[in-house]
Amino acid sequence: MGNKRGLLGIAGLERADIEALLRRAKDFQQPPGETASRRLNTLAGKMIVNLFFEASTRTRVSFEIAAKRLGADAVSISAQGSSVQKGESLVDTLNTLAAMRPNAIVMRHAASGAPHFLARYLPIPIINAGDGAHEHPTQALLDARTILDNRPALDGLRVAIIGDIAHSRVARSNIHLLSKFGVDIVLCGPPQLLPRELADLAPGVRLTYDMREAIRGADVIMMLRVQLERQHEAPFPAGEYFQFYGLRLEHIALAKPEVLVMHPGPINRGRELSSEVADSQRSVILNQVENGVAVRMAVLEWIIGD
Amino acid sequence: MALPCGWRCWNGSSVTELLIRNGRVIDPASGLDQIADVALAGGRVAAIGPGLDPEGGAVLDAAGCIVAPGFIDMHVHLREPGFEHAETIETGARAAAAGGFTTVCCMPNTKPVNDSATVTSYIVARAQATAVVNVYPIGAITKGSAGEELPAYGSMKNAGIVALSDDGMPVMNARVMRRAMERAHALGLPVINHCEDLHLSAGGDMHEGAMSARLGLRGIPAVAEDVMVARDILLAELTGARYHVAHLSTQYAAAMVRQAKRMGLPVTCEVTPHHFVLNDGCLAGYDSNYKMKPPLRGAPHVDAMVEAIADGTVDAIATDHAPHPGSEKMQEFERCPFGILGLETAVGLALATLVHPGRIGLARMIELFTTGPAGILHLDRGYLRVGGPADVTVFDTAREWRYDVTRSASKSSNSPFHGWTFRGGPVATVVGGRIVWQREPAGG
Repeated sequence: MGNKRGLLGIAGLERADIEALLRRAKDFQQPPGETASRRLNTLAGKMIVNLFFEASTRTRVSFEIAAKRLGADAVSISAQGSSVQKGESLVDTLNTLAAMRPNAIVMRHAASGAPHFLARYLPIPIINAGDGAHEHPTQALLDARTILDNRPALDGLRVAIIGDIAHSRVARSNIHLLSKFGVDIVLCGPPQLLPRELADLAPGVRLTYDMREAIRGADVIMMLRVQLERQHEAPFPAGEYFQFYGLRLEHIALAKPEVLVMHPGPINRGRELSSEVADSQRSVILNQVENGVAVRMAVLEWIIGD
Repeated sequence: MALPCGWRCWNGSSVTELLIRNGRVIDPASGLDQIADVALAGGRVAAIGPGLDPEGGAVLDAAGCIVAPGFIDMHVHLREPGFEHAETIETGARAAAAGGFTTVCCMPNTKPVNDSATVTSYIVARAQATAVVNVYPIGAITKGSAGEELPAYGSMKNAGIVALSDDGMPVMNARVMRRAMERAHALGLPVINHCEDLHLSAGGDMHEGAMSARLGLRGIPAVAEDVMVARDILLAELTGARYHVAHLSTQYAAAMVRQAKRMGLPVTCEVTPHHFVLNDGCLAGYDSNYKMKPPLRGAPHVDAMVEAIADGTVDAIATDHAPHPGSEKMQEFERCPFGILGLETAVGLALATLVHPGRIGLARMIELFTTGPAGILHLDRGYLRVGGPADVTVFDTAREWRYDVTRSASKSSNSPFHGWTFRGGPVATVVGGRIVWQREPAGG
């Protein structure tokens, strides 16, 4: 579902679209050492509304920076904490937004499918900045960009995705994206956070509850945060979680040399991964953050550029 | 055909008021299937046979149509009292008539819940004053349908309830269910359960499976229904109560009901049209018109529903007609309420999915809408016999029509079948000898 109508998810994108976006994102990367950003005029006169119904720092800020670097105006609306029932406020917000006539709406919402719901009623392109446990397409794109900054191609890589897969939109978008490139994907987590049906989400996906097996021979290890705010039953005991599914230096030796350790943030040191790993040479977590702006510039240009 | 003289004297009316002419009369109760006229007078069937004299009464031409006993929907939500913005007894009854139903049974999850003779009497009075079809209330199994205390079933029965159910909610406590069944059994009332183990469904929004994993929506596993059906069948055996599974939707639940029947237990079940027509693949676009309880299941479950209907495991088709106003349905998927309209599309869906592909015959379909539910609820309806109630459903099996929910008789428009084209459907609905709904003429 990626075209001029918006970007609702990775599942509906063609491999060629993804490749084009990743190539364009490379053009937008900041040269090392450069601090002040160059401003472009590609999107001058356009307006983007950031509609965040759920807390976000890095995604919202990087969309704002991306819009501004392309010369567009960016308005952010935070609708969280509203006492009104969220559904009603969403419909109300819909009308308000349509009246402001933005060129695109960037939307983050705790409910899976909320942007799909809005897209049915709004004639304005919607960019999904994360919907519930469904998709987070720009995160998957920036993760792919980060891998490609360190590897010649995605094809044939082995990627382990470890942690709270059940509640992770990052995992779903990454699975869709990596599968389109023939990546060997291993999902790993405790049973209650790893629905067996995810093996059918896309070709090339397997499941294991054993972290060592997941990491063995991996080119990339993607760690996920345990989303305590989305747990509906007693979570896995924290200490036991780190013992079985926390990434420590001893695991790194099982993976391929030069393995990349990734995390969508915010990281919980001592819960998903040890401090030593987070700060190690193998970690590309900060590169991911940096690529967030470049990838979102490419997406904005693709959706609303002339 | 000669009329029984005694009936004429007892009823006091002998002149035909409505003659339904030249239809194919199918009455599963008597095994009748022939082209005939049906004469109605004084709220009763006066005669059935070829070439009857209209005697100056109105004539309904049913040539090319099926003339059947009035259809019964044993599971609807009419929302009155308390939720009149979604539906009323009057509008729900009109939707029923437009769907070919002459009788509906309304679930007690109103505000207040129908857990007392007072509320039952109110519904009965409102139905008498406003409804164009027969309305029978179903009383709550527990006070407020909260799953704990049993209300006064006896006085509710005297006021008019025909069954007990906490529909919308299950009876989670097995001891409460046991006591309810014991008392219902003593009163001769069937107990209808909405089978959903709430600990297993745990706030889910759709069927648990590959689709829920893909969409990132919380799942309601099939086993949440299965474990409660299993428990209830055991309790029915223990107590001897007549037990009925509402909106059955899973393979194993169907298998367990099948087995219970083989064991001779008084266990029955109903299936909704949406559960034998749609599967969880419909949810790909997060359209809330596909959100209901039980959820649309995976394709193997849907096939199992058709199989259970064909082999006689299923006793009734019931719609679970559940109106919700647009303002409530027009929300993010996980926030909107469960339930869809069903009355106006049930016959069209049954024809399309069950009869046209040859899974069941017309007589069996009619059974599922007439003798099936009437037998479960011990209603003196659902058959066409001289002296019997003058409730008749006339439908056809050929004409193409398109369902336009914006023109629904219901107050709400939450139907996933908007825009669907059907082959065959209701033509006229006759209640107590009076035409209460008739299809617009072709081209009109």
